[in-house]
Amino acid sequence: MSAKTTIDKTQVALLIATAAFAAAGVIAPYWLCFLTMLALAKALVVQGVVIQMRLGLVSFGQGLFFGIGGYAVGIASNFWGISDAFVLLALALAAAVAVAAVLGLLMARYRDIFFAMLSLALSMILFGVLVKSQGLGSTDGFNVPAQSYLGWVPAPGQQKLVAYVLTIAVVGTVALLLCRYLGSGAGQIAEAVRENEIRVEYLGLSPRWLIYASYVMAAGVAALGGALTAFATGHVDPEMAYWATSGEFVFIALLGGTAHVAAPFLASILFSVVRTYAFEYTPHTWQLILGLVLLAIIVFLPKGLWSLVQREGKVRA
Amino acid sequence: MKTTTKTLGSALALAATVALTSGASAADEAKFRLGLVTFLSGAAAGPFGVPAANGAKVLIEALNDGQVPAPYTAKGINGVEIEPVIIDEAGGTTKQVEEYRNLVERQKVDAVIGYISSGDCLAVSPVVEELKVPTVFFDCGTSRLFEENKTPTYLFRTGPDAVIDNIAAARYLIDTGRKTDSIAGINQNYAWGQDSWADFKATMLALKPGTKVVAEQFPKIFQGQYGAEISAISVARPDVVHSSFWGGDMEALVLQGTARGLFDGRTGILTTGESGLDRFKAQAPNGLILGARGPFGALQPDTALSKWFTALYNAKTGLQPTYPTSKMAQAILGLKAAAEKAGAKPGSLPSKEALVGAFPGLTFESVAGTVAMSRAGGHQALQDITYGEYQYDKKADKASLAKLKTYAGDCVMPPDGISSADWIKAGFPGAKCN
Amino acid sequence: MTTAIAIGMDGLIYASWLFLVAAGLTVIYGVMRILNMAHGSFYAIGASAGAALVTWYFANVDGNAYWSFLLLPAAAVVAGVILGLAVEQGLLRFLYRQNEILMVIVTYALLLILEDLTKLVFGVDPYFAYQPYGLLGRCEIAGLIFSNYDLMLVAVSATIASGAWFILNRTVTGKLLRAVVHDREIAMAMGVNVSAMFAATFVVGATLGALAGALTAPAISVSPGIGVEVIILAFAVVVVGGLGSIEGAIVGSLMVGLSRAAAVHLAPEIELFVIYGVMALVLAVRPQGLFGRAAARKI
Repeated sequence: MSAKTTIDKTQVALLIATAAFAAAGVIAPYWLCFLTMLALAKALVVQGVVIQMRLGLVSFGQGLFFGIGGYAVGIASNFWGISDAFVLLALALAAAVAVAAVLGLLMARYRDIFFAMLSLALSMILFGVLVKSQGLGSTDGFNVPAQSYLGWVPAPGQQKLVAYVLTIAVVGTVALLLCRYLGSGAGQIAEAVRENEIRVEYLGLSPRWLIYASYVMAAGVAALGGALTAFATGHVDPEMAYWATSGEFVFIALLGGTAHVAAPFLASILFSVVRTYAFEYTPHTWQLILGLVLLAIIVFLPKGLWSLVQREGKVRA
Repeated sequence: MKTTTKTLGSALALAATVALTSGASAADEAKFRLGLVTFLSGAAAGPFGVPAANGAKVLIEALNDGQVPAPYTAKGINGVEIEPVIIDEAGGTTKQVEEYRNLVERQKVDAVIGYISSGDCLAVSPVVEELKVPTVFFDCGTSRLFEENKTPTYLFRTGPDAVIDNIAAARYLIDTGRKTDSIAGINQNYAWGQDSWADFKATMLALKPGTKVVAEQFPKIFQGQYGAEISAISVARPDVVHSSFWGGDMEALVLQGTARGLFDGRTGILTTGESGLDRFKAQAPNGLILGARGPFGALQPDTALSKWFTALYNAKTGLQPTYPTSKMAQAILGLKAAAEKAGAKPGSLPSKEALVGAFPGLTFESVAGTVAMSRAGGHQALQDITYGEYQYDKKADKASLAKLKTYAGDCVMPPDGISSADWIKAGFPGAKCN
Repeated sequence: MTTAIAIGMDGLIYASWLFLVAAGLTVIYGVMRILNMAHGSFYAIGASAGAALVTWYFANVDGNAYWSFLLLPAAAVVAGVILGLAVEQGLLRFLYRQNEILMVIVTYALLLILEDLTKLVFGVDPYFAYQPYGLLGRCEIAGLIFSNYDLMLVAVSATIASGAWFILNRTVTGKLLRAVVHDREIAMAMGVNVSAMFAATFVVGATLGALAGALTAPAISVSPGIGVEVIILAFAVVVVGGLGSIEGAIVGSLMVGLSRAAAVHLAPEIELFVIYGVMALVLAVRPQGLFGRAAARKI
């Protein structure tokens, strides 16, 4: 089987999944939609982590761009009076890409644990700036008003469903684009870079450029995730840029595995479901339950949840 | 191997399906499902979250058994048994917004009481109005809550906001004749600490123009080690050291500060210090001024209801109630009072609309004296606040608070329609102090 | 002048505490290549165990107060050894073939689990085991009062640092350990019992973490959540100094400690950024940390 047909099939599956998710919004109880929305928005950030993970780089500071996305939405809608969801998404994306384009020049020089730690330090600096900003509510953050869509303001009752469909649409689009990217030459070379950067250099390709591009790309999707989270919860605060938030993204990335574009979505939803039920049934020991479940998954499925799906199917060409 | 994987896979899928479908047990007709949200893990659990949760547990049991003294003799709420649904407040605002929705939409609670963190309160507040479920914030102190939610319907706060802590702190210092020529602050570097210091500083400058601010330290929250900050303040030689530290940070500051002479020859004032009262022993200097964010915990007024609750709590847990405990009890009693005033026939639940209709403007007895829901259009409680001086009797090994001074709510809380910052700046127009 | 002395003293005291916290982390990373997130839990458990034992001692035993100075490390050693052995033998040794990042996540899951277990064992009420802190009295330096307990910690830190340096550089065990660090497989082929080395290292690392907690306990209020707060600090110190290097941890703690003290005294508003600022700066100039070895680019 050639790589191309596999990808086409995946794309069709993604389209179907997107449509199915959107349709489910009408029947499912809203709390479930809300959980899904947050999980998918988070999964977008995780996609960014995974893009870099395929290159062998682990970012413990993806919260930087998650936070930039969220605050771009918050500031634009609260202080500049912009309420259009698409403009806000574009702003979040632009802000993150601009920051990443500069920081990426530095970051692309780092590997291994140092990449992880420097990315963590950078996100914590943003966290510090936000905590210091009393005009932005410091650690309390501030609320984000409801969005409009190309001039259309949904009735209060519809607002939730529209936001849900928007999230699904954005997530579906990004998933499709990522899927195309992973199948492209640049996407496929990533694993070679992870295995041996110098050999890739000898082949006449520039791993550093690839790392830079991935860094910027990861920043972009993380900002979209941050913006969608801000839409869904209607609130932003510095916690978005905190190291523990970034750590959670890495956690989910490893939970899903890097094998497939759908893996982060699956992992993120599973993570949210496990956590919310641990909260409900064992409010005093939910961390214990969560830790045990995650440990079990790592120990028994070190390649992530996706290995369950993959091993059952054919070995990929 | 393949079969194992398959089995594991289907098991996971099955578990997910079961979990998703079985979650919402239908609301039980015969019970008042009360969501309780408070910190059960993390640094706020020990000093606040768990004492509050214990207070809720003790009081709800007593209410369900119909053993609470007048005026709360009706069983449960309006004769309906209370069924608590408790959730951890940890995990950040996004998580809490999600869990609030889960409480209401999946667990079908009839009302929610909770939230210690101001960030959580602000984030949850719009969702409260959207989902239309009576919700009482029992502890969070941000004054932005009703400055930003101008027309609340379902949202109430039965505890005073944090501004009164600091206005009353400044007044107490001046009224008790302390030397206040120069002041210094050590507050945690987050919204609570920054706001507390800003309010205290502004009040001092308004009440005693010419007060010098000689040091402002903002260590990271949960830092635990305050060596450098203590030195820096000592070098600045202020007359007053103000801190809004809470929980473990506050106790660590007292311990390290006392050992290093931070409070020697100057006045320390801790706006939440009461929660450490029984633990300080000789580690806090006599004369240290402690507050409890209202008339709570050891500063509760001496009413029958207060004495009853203290005795009961002590019997059940072996501990004295601290202020989070009292504030939680106050929130539950407030909700009960409102629900019973709503006029449903005994043994049945009032509608949510009737409940929130009966709450504004309500005056009710709590374990900490009388509370009037008379600010923010009847959604914000107005209550007295007390400060006192730490006194430790070495021989009896007993700590107590002396020189108590109580300020009426009207003296320390701005009237509706003016933000607290503006009110302080304008020189407290309309303040009624005794 | 007072300010300069204060900065020096405060910086030194804080640095010695940072070193105590970071030492175990860097030892474990140096030998085993595991960046141990659960180190924070070891710290918290050591603190809880020490505080609980001291509180019990003063409440129930009418002995000499100075015994508490032995009780603290004793509690830490017991907790550290039990915990270290349990974690290493029960979990980690099955996972040594996994990559470094996966191990970070394994230890993160461990952190979550231990966080709740600590709560179940020690309860959520804060322990306030203050007695040892005041026992040594205080002294005055340049008009500032310092607690002798804090000064004693400086000595303890220095002892541990020189002890670790001596073991690594001047003993046979140290040589073997360095051989394992340098090349695990060759060392194994030469007959070094690597799995025993690993178990011992992990136990020592865990004990150091617990010891840091136990020695800090008298100066703070020990409650749930204190472990999470120290992890990132310890990471910062270790990364600045160079992962896995004891000398690095010493220099890293001094740099972070002194710059923080300077910030608190001279520019309190930037205090929050200092640690990450130092970390970002050092990494920008020397990506492998001050004492880290740059990895050769393998073809």
